[in-house]
This record gives sequence, structure tokens and C-alpha cells, in this order.
Amino acid sequence: MSRALESRQNRAGWAFVTPALALIGVFFFVPVLGGLVLSFTDFDVYAIGQPEVARFVGLQNYAEVLANPLFWKALGNTLVFVLAGGPLSVITSLVAALLVSSKLVRFPGLFRSIFFMPVVTTLVAVAIAWRYLYHSQYGLLNRALGLAGIHPVDWLGDPHWAMPAIILLAVWKNFGYNMLIFIAGLQSIPEEMYEAAELDGASAWSRFVHVTLPNLAPTFLFVGVMTMLGQFQLFSEPYVMTQGGPLKATTTVVLLMYEEGFRWWRMGTAAAIAFVLFVIMLLGTMLQMRLQREQR
Amino acid sequence: MSHARPPARLVAIALILAALGAAAGCRTRAGDGRVTLRFWAMGREGEVVQELVRDFERENPGVLIQVQQIPWGAAHEKLLTAHVGGSTPDVAQLGNTWIAEFAALRAIEPLGPWLGASRAVPESAYFAGIWDTNVVGGACYGVPWYVDTRVLFYRTDILARAGYRAMPGSWDGWRDAMEAVKRVAGQDRYAIFLPTNEYTPWIIFGLQAGSPLLEDDDTRGAFAGPAYRRAAAFYLDLFRRRLAPGVQGSSIANLYQEFERGTFSMYISGPWNVGEFRRRLSPAMQGAWGTAPLPGPEGPASGVSTAGGSSLVLFRASRHKAEAWKLVEFLSRPEQQLRFYRLTGDLPARREAWRDTALANDPCARAFETQLQRVVPTPKVPEWENISLRLQDKVEAMVLGHAPPDSALAALDRDVDRILEKRRWLVERERRRAGHRAGAAP
Repeated sequence: MSRALESRQNRAGWAFVTPALALIGVFFFVPVLGGLVLSFTDFDVYAIGQPEVARFVGLQNYAEVLANPLFWKALGNTLVFVLAGGPLSVITSLVAALLVSSKLVRFPGLFRSIFFMPVVTTLVAVAIAWRYLYHSQYGLLNRALGLAGIHPVDWLGDPHWAMPAIILLAVWKNFGYNMLIFIAGLQSIPEEMYEAAELDGASAWSRFVHVTLPNLAPTFLFVGVMTMLGQFQLFSEPYVMTQGGPLKATTTVVLLMYEEGFRWWRMGTAAAIAFVLFVIMLLGTMLQMRLQREQR
Repeated sequence: MSHARPPARLVAIALILAALGAAAGCRTRAGDGRVTLRFWAMGREGEVVQELVRDFERENPGVLIQVQQIPWGAAHEKLLTAHVGGSTPDVAQLGNTWIAEFAALRAIEPLGPWLGASRAVPESAYFAGIWDTNVVGGACYGVPWYVDTRVLFYRTDILARAGYRAMPGSWDGWRDAMEAVKRVAGQDRYAIFLPTNEYTPWIIFGLQAGSPLLEDDDTRGAFAGPAYRRAAAFYLDLFRRRLAPGVQGSSIANLYQEFERGTFSMYISGPWNVGEFRRRLSPAMQGAWGTAPLPGPEGPASGVSTAGGSSLVLFRASRHKAEAWKLVEFLSRPEQQLRFYRLTGDLPARREAWRDTALANDPCARAFETQLQRVVPTPKVPEWENISLRLQDKVEAMVLGHAPPDSALAALDRDVDRILEKRRWLVERERRRAGHRAGAAP
């Protein structure tokens, strides 16, 4: 290839990626950098009125966040959500994907659409319906428990039950998305592998363990990382359902950031919380990648 | 995953608001040359005021009022987002505890020049304590629209059985009355219900004992000071003597039912509960309850209460302030205030309106009128709401005996001082500058 052609191709390449890079730069890197700068300042309600009274405070916001017991409480709540809701969400998605991919199921397209529906439904509408389900006196859930002789549970009002209730809602709301990815993963497994395994006398269970699961490994990594990233940023569900209560039992890190930033207008602290969460999520992702690599 | 990230969502909201604002901005002059005023009002008030503004439009054919009704729960966020997005309305109803914050944001207009040029809104026609809530740093930012305070609701029949024909005016007399009530009502019943998760009574008792709550130009907490400690001691004593149950508001399933049963005989609450008590208590109970101004440590005069309610404010960004001010004047007329009271039950801010027979003959309203002459604003700093939530955390710990009051109050002051650090810096900077100017002047 001549040098002239190469440079022409280079230029064309740049021309193609520049709009995308510019968009990412303007709408991603600039705000992120702005947020980072903000996290070193005490930008607050006074600074919105008079920007000149914002001060650089170095790492003080970070020190304050790490010394704030509420931050640790929120981080604990978030970790409960990630560690309990994450696996639950992935397993539910996988089971749903296996069900709708099974040859025994009629109308797989219909079930796929039904399972995917919660993902595309507005959360606020869903939350109103679920608040009825969870209602301590008239809720369907407590009616059903009552038939089984179990005393009614104040799902959203009891600090012990509020987080499980949010997890259930979030899993229901989001499993359809991962289900689609699992379906794609399942479809990419060559049919011959199952046939060969079946000829060798493998039962349905050992076909699942020795053919399906290993072939789904890359899908698991993707789903696992994406689910974790999404769940660390849990916000809308508790914001709409419980506003972080009762007794802060459903206050998550992002909800705390929102309150600091947009309720008390302490933008510096809010930005610091965001970056602390970023570091935690980065570590979580690295850990997952490492685990996956060791398995291979 | 669909967990919306709040910054993205807020950017979206801001963009939508900005777009709407721009669209509305284009429409501020309707096609026929009339000026369109955007007026934001909250909850029930926003619904009812529609009726009032139609009369204003008839009087001022050149002005069209667009009322936007905002739910109370969303109002604070929406106003702030609107300010940052540059799409605030021309005029709005603002809870008077929010005035300091919006003044600090420089979102609302100081009303000095408007008040000076107008004879329709004389300060003397308002309750002094309520007017004061609108004054921040010497400048007035709002005109009181309706008022709100807390008084004592009590069972007149049980008090009579205990030997009291009227509510005593001093703390000591009040406590004796509670002891007497407890004796006639029974040991399993209580004299007063003070929910442990409510901080308002703690603020009221502190103000009554003469605590400024914040000191040093509102830059430091004053909760560990002698005045506030005295209030806390009186308050906690009511729980120690078992005159009040140490439970949260939510543990009493039906407040009205328990009041009727005599589970407790006194309750501190606001004007909205007058209607509720009339509606929800059985007809037999209607002659058996009443309202009284709050007792104070040194007798009735020290029995102060909170200065609540809503004010009307103009926004700095408005391009139709003259018309907006006219609307404020209109809504402040005594007859409109009275009409508003009849439609909403909100107590009028104008004292002339209280001479109306409906209010003057209502015995429940009389306690409120007396109380409104003894109201004191809470500290007028943007951080106040955050501070009062900290107070609430400590209140429960103190009542349940998890923390000794002195150390809980000292810890509260430390928290408050941390919250007020920025304000302290601003005030000190201002003082230094004033010092320089004073030093340079002679």
C-alpha cells in the first residue's frame, strides 16, 4: 500500500470517527471531568447564587463522605442489593431464557415478549402497581400470604422487608433484558454439541452442566458485569417506592448522592460520592474479570 | 439495565424545562397583546386560586394568568431545577421556611421598592412574627399569603373532670394539669401525645425557653446552651413521668379514634386538624374538645409557637414584575384573603380578614389568632431543613433514653456547626470586608 493511500485512508478513518468522538467528548468526558473538579470544591447553594464563593477544598469532601455513617449505611444497602439481587436476577434471566428457548414451549415469541415487557414499561407506572401489591392491608401479596395462614407483612414500611421488596421489584423489572442476551448466547451454541452429548448418553442435566454452561461463559461475564454496574447505580426504584426509608433501609449510594446534590445542594459532596462509587464499581468489575480469567 | 442515572435524568428534565421555558417565553405576550403571567401554586391552593385569578383578569384585561398547580412533594425540587434551568415563573407561592434558601440562590426579588411604592400591602396589617419570616438579611422577599402555626388541641371534658376549666398558661401549671388528667384518665392512658418522630414540638419548646436555636449570626448551633437544655429537660420530664407515651406517630393507627377514646387528652397540631377533628370525631365528641394557645415557661406571653404558612414571591428572572406585583396586591386584599379562607380553610395572613364573623365567632380560630400574635420564625438560613432533620434523629434517641440529653445536644451542635461551616466562612468574610471599609473610611 502506498504511503499516500495510507494517509488518505487514515484521514477518511478520522473523518468517520470524529463525530462520534466529539459527541463522547462533549457529552461524556467534559461532564465527567467537570464532576471530578466539582468533587474538589465546596460548590453549594450559596455558590449557585454567587459562583465566586465556591472554594477549592482538596480531598475534604472525600474525607467527609468516608466519615459519614450514612454513606456506609447506603453502601451496605447497595451491596445487599448487588449481592442478593445480582445473582437472583442473573439466575431468573437464565431460567427464563432456557424456558423460552426450550423446544417444548409453544409460542416462544409470545413468552419472550411478555417477559420483556417489564423492561420497556415506565418505572413510575410499574411502581404504582407494585405499591398496591405490597400494600400492608389491601395488597394482593398479603392476601395470598393470608390464604397460606401467614400474617401480613408491612412490605414497604418495615425496615427489614423494604429492601427485599425493592429487590423483588427490580429483578422482575429487569430480568427480561438479560434473558434476551442469554437467548442469543444459547442460540450460538451449535446443535451438534448437544447431539454428540446425547449420543454419548449424557442426561439433560449433564448436557446443561457440560455443554450449555461452558458455552455461555462469555455471556455470563457480560451479563454479570452489566448487571452489577446497573445495580450499583440503584436509584429509581427506592426513589419512587420508599424515598430511601423506612429508617434509611433503602437509601442507596446513588440516592444519597441525589439527596446531597439536589436536596441539600452540596454539589461537591455529591460529586465526591459519585467518584467513590465509580472506584468501587471499577474494583468490582476488575474482580469479576479476574475470576472469569482464572476459570479458563 | 434501566436504573436511570439521576444526572442524566436531571439533564433531561432541565432540557425539557428549558425548552418549555423558551416556549413559554415566546408566548408571554399572547397574540392579542396581553401579557401572560406564569403563577406556580402548590397542592390544594393551586387548585383553588384558579377561581380567584379569573377576577383579577377581569379587572386587568391586559393580563392573562397561567396557574400551574404543583404537588407539595415535588415543589421544592421543581422550583430549584427551574431556577438552575432559567425557567422560573413570574410569581409563586413559597413555603415561608424556603425563603432564605431562594434568597441565597438569588432566585427571588427583594420586595423593598415594590412595598415602598404600594399602599395595598402595609406591614402593620400582618402578624409581626409571620412577616418576619420573609425578611432575610434585612430585605423582605415575600408577602404572607396564608398562615399556619401550632396550638394545643385538648379534651375539654377530661380537663373539666380533672378540675380545669381552662388550659393553664405556664409550663408548671400545664404539667400539673397533665398530672391531674393522668389521675382521672387512668394509668394506662396518657395526658399528651408527642410523637417521638416529630421535631416541631422540640423547636417550639426551644423557642419558648428563649433559645435562638442558632447563634452568632446563625452560624453555630445553640442547642447545648442553657435555654435549649431547659426546654429539653421539661420535654423529657413529660416522658419520664409517663405523661406522654414514647412512641412514633405511626404506632397510633388512628389518631382521632384514640383521642376520642381518651388514650391521650392533648395534642399539638395545626389549623388543618380543626377540620379533621370536626369531620372525624363522632357527633357526641364535638362539644368535648377545644383549642388553646400553647403555654409558656413564664406564662402565656412566653408561649410562642412556629410561624408557618406560605408567601407570595416574585422571581428575579421575570420580565413582567409590575403585573406580577399587581397580582400579589390583588391576592393580599382582605376580601380576597377571606374568600381564599372560605375556599381552602387556610388561615388568612391579613389581620383585617380575621374580623369577619365566621372567623371571629369560631372558638377554634380564636386560639389560633391569639397564638399568631406570639409566633417566632425559625432561623432563616438555607441549611435549616437539614438541621431540623438532624434534630429529629437526636430527639428520638433522647426520648427513648439511648443518649443522655447533654451529650446528644452537644453532638447535635457539632453536626450543626459542620453543616454551617460555609455560612460561617461567608459571614466572617463579610465582617472582615466591613471592617476594612470602616477602617478605610476615616
